[in-house]
Amino acid sequence: MSTKRKELIVSAIQNGTVIDHIPAESVFQVIRILGLDKTDKQVYFGINLESKKYKRKGIIKISEKYFENFEVNKIALVAPTATLIEIRDFDVVSKSNVKIPETIEKIVKCFNPNCITNHQQVPTKFKVFYDENNQMKLACHYCEKNTSPANFVFV
Amino acid sequence: MKNRSLVSINDYSKAEIIKVLDLAEEFEKNPRQTILNGKVIASLFFEPSTRTRLSFESAVQQLGGSIVGFSSAATSSVQKGETLKDTILTVSNYSDLIVMRHNIDGSARYASEVASVPIINAGDGANQHPTQCLLDLYSIRKTQGTLDNLDIAFVGDLKYGRTVHSLTMALSLFNTRFHLVSPPELKLPSAVKRHIKEANLKYEQYTDFMDVIPACDIIYMTRIQRERFPDPLDYEKVKNAYILENAMLANSKENVKVLHPLPRVNEINEDVDSNPKAYYFQQALNGVFVRQALVASILGLV
Ligand SMILES: [Zn+2]
Repeated sequence: MSTKRKELIVSAIQNGTVIDHIPAESVFQVIRILGLDKTDKQVYFGINLESKKYKRKGIIKISEKYFENFEVNKIALVAPTATLIEIRDFDVVSKSNVKIPETIEKIVKCFNPNCITNHQQVPTKFKVFYDENNQMKLACHYCEKNTSPANFVFV
Repeated sequence: MKNRSLVSINDYSKAEIIKVLDLAEEFEKNPRQTILNGKVIASLFFEPSTRTRLSFESAVQQLGGSIVGFSSAATSSVQKGETLKDTILTVSNYSDLIVMRHNIDGSARYASEVASVPIINAGDGANQHPTQCLLDLYSIRKTQGTLDNLDIAFVGDLKYGRTVHSLTMALSLFNTRFHLVSPPELKLPSAVKRHIKEANLKYEQYTDFMDVIPACDIIYMTRIQRERFPDPLDYEKVKNAYILENAMLANSKENVKVLHPLPRVNEINEDVDSNPKAYYFQQALNGVFVRQALVASILGLV
């Protein structure tokens, strides 16, 4: 891909955020958890794009939108490889990799149906850890059970 | 430990566990005292558990404390739809410490975050029951003279039994050799085995009970429940494979003791009861001393 064409893909919006390097299969999940399927902002997305680092990647561009910390944490949970690119007046003003935080609060439900957070108005709280297969999991602060990414339901 | 809630056995360090056991030993020598005079302990059993409740209430009353509370959610305002938070906040006003049992996992941790007084968890759903764990440790130390370097067998349902999970975590602090005896469907979960591995300790898994008996210092029996098996035929296959009978103890060590969190169904044959190696009834009595030690130390009275 030429540099010129690449620039076009990244900076086709005047102001907003580009989420790059999303695993191709996670693009729709990222759209859903950020509520981009319900927004009135302009949203572009691509899947199965070529990538040097990853075989197939996805990209989402959102006009007039800059993400808050809790939204970045959501992205990190389903697309840990993602890069956030902030665009202002067609220029890239910052680029950062998302990072999975040590604790996750309020954004994911506990998978244990008997957990207090699924019975009363108690916000969820998890510690992030990696099991013996290096699989990321969330340990519930309350019921002490684990929730795997396959079972993530976003609040 | 003063003013700190006890929700999960992991809330206590090894030194704190040992301190509770040492204190319990003192209370066993002298269980009737007046150190809780003027103290009010709330006993909130949202889920009935006569055994645990009587043990706590007896522990408190023998030390001169008084009890307020309820023995089931049906007789409390919970039935009218009061949230756990509101119940706990209200009761915090009337008591110096709250003992609670609840059927929902994580309820005790949450209560400890909203209460203005310390909480002792007397069982939260399938999650934690730290006072059972401490009384098990007390029983092991009392009968073996130590907690270090023992061969301990867990037998039965190792997958769902919360007492086995907490006790495994606590014993991982004491250089235990674990012998895990269960049907393949009810093996110890990998999350619990991780604690053993992280402590650089060894465990072995068996399906045949007889293989482990001669090596053990403690045989910890648990109940295998029919409802744990999706296929009733699978239950029929294993239900009699993990029953301890007196004759099976013939080649056991002199010092071995049989423990069980009670109530038992049929997993320990009644012919074991008169064997001096049976310890499950004394084990339950030890719960009173451990609970006295906990209440007194959390209230800062010892
Ligand atoms: Zn939970």
